[in-house]
Amino acid sequence: MPTQAAELVFDDATKVYPGRDGAAVDHLSLTVPAGEICVLVGPSGGGKTTALKLVNRLIPLTSGYIRIDGRQIGDYDVTELRRSIGYVIQQVGLFPHMTVEANIGTVPRLLGWDRKRIHARSRELLELVGLDPDTDRRRFPSELSGGQRQRVGLARALAANPALMLMDEPFGAIDPIVRTRLQDEFLRLQQEIRKTVVFVTHDIDEAIRVGDRIAILRQGGRLAQYDTPQRILEQPVDEFVADFVGRDRALKALALRTLGELELAKPDGADGLPRLPQETNLRDALATLVAEHKNALLVLGPDGSPLGVATREDLLG
Amino acid sequence: MTGFRVAGGGPVIPNFGHVNACLKHNGWFCTAWVHEHWGDTLQPALIQHIKLTVIAVGIGFVIAFLLALVGFRWRFLHAPIGALSDFLYALPSIALFELLLPVTGITTTTILIPLIAYTLFVLYRNIVAGLDGVSAEVLESARGMGLTRRQTFFKVELPLAVPAIMGGLRVVTVSTISIATVAAFLIHYGLGAPIFDALGQPDIFRTELVAASALAVLLALAADGLLAVLQRALTPWNRVR
Repeated sequence: MPTQAAELVFDDATKVYPGRDGAAVDHLSLTVPAGEICVLVGPSGGGKTTALKLVNRLIPLTSGYIRIDGRQIGDYDVTELRRSIGYVIQQVGLFPHMTVEANIGTVPRLLGWDRKRIHARSRELLELVGLDPDTDRRRFPSELSGGQRQRVGLARALAANPALMLMDEPFGAIDPIVRTRLQDEFLRLQQEIRKTVVFVTHDIDEAIRVGDRIAILRQGGRLAQYDTPQRILEQPVDEFVADFVGRDRALKALALRTLGELELAKPDGADGLPRLPQETNLRDALATLVAEHKNALLVLGPDGSPLGVATREDLLG
Repeated sequence: MTGFRVAGGGPVIPNFGHVNACLKHNGWFCTAWVHEHWGDTLQPALIQHIKLTVIAVGIGFVIAFLLALVGFRWRFLHAPIGALSDFLYALPSIALFELLLPVTGITTTTILIPLIAYTLFVLYRNIVAGLDGVSAEVLESARGMGLTRRQTFFKVELPLAVPAIMGGLRVVTVSTISIATVAAFLIHYGLGAPIFDALGQPDIFRTELVAASALAVLLALAADGLLAVLQRALTPWNRVR
């Protein structure tokens, strides 16, 4: 699959709804580098969804600019713009009267692809999102579970290989267990396809899990902080951000690092220590130490061989 | 116009030349009579009735569809169009047939105009309801993917309205078959003709009454069944649950 991604720039982007006091999005300026996931997060009334919909012009800008790879969105033909951007919403919005394959082929058909190419593309995408290209493609949305529908929604958004994806609470309506799995799969997928993604959520934990960068918006659509998850957790710029990320932000920061990233002591005399694989995150490792009343643990390599010992102090850095 | 007779005239006295016990006692269903008069009475009436129904529902559907496009596109016209279709539906059918008689004469047009008018009420409201019934998230994803307004209508809204449209067509077809029999009170045409002939006899000719009524009921059931099959074929996504 060809890799392409666009840089997205919000430049003083402002949205004021007529007849309403104050802005929904207030002079928002931020740059999403090509191939990165930017999560817009914040309380309701923070303008996250409005900011997202400004990009594909579902909502018109009041003032300021939004540029995709340097070109202003206003310079595109609006349907051409939307067809070149993948769009995923919480309720998925699959067409109930079309099969999975026809749903995925929506934008390619609009772009005039031939049937063979559309068919091949939908097979490829079904495989990519973890569905069965042979059986699932003929099914109708009413025959799918919520998680499967959201996978089809994602495949449909990716169909024409857009350089930019807009995702509006894509996993918001899915139960927590499936949501975590979809988040993991989405991140694995992103490793492969490297799209520029704008991802809206109200859930700070999801933002931390998914985002390369997080933009925290506060009431009135003002940007509070735009940073990596690590820096947001370790250096919140003000009370509002600190409150929003929560009292357990130190623990959340631990969850971003794994045992494999630590410098380990030699695995001598490690008998009786808890054993954990190196991809375990530091938060889970610490929880294990607390639960087992131990002060150190043995880190295992991919083949199960001992790599070294990490102490409680090592985990807490 | 040939083939038309004002109701009440016509040779309908059963042929008492034959000695048929059933007919003699005015039985409820004498197969001998049905057999003998299938070709000259019942079959032509049935065919006329089918013609009336197909033409009335067909023209009614075209008019209702065009009105629904207008009412759907320009919302402020929806209420007035709906009110007009309500008004037409509320007119007593016999009165309407009678009123039209001096204008359009003893023709099928006189029967068709009221029949068409009655279809509009159900069809118009069902078509608009079907188009309105498409969920907001489906419309938003269509817009977000870059479908134009026209593409959204033809590829999304219209196909999703098919179940409601077909539902309306089924109701209207059955009710048209029923109302069309009443028209024979004035114009001797369709399955109503043998019914009124039978009622016109001093004793009520039971066999003809029952046979013609049964045909009307069977026609309605067959038409409804046919449309149900068509509906299933048109909406494969609705079958799976």
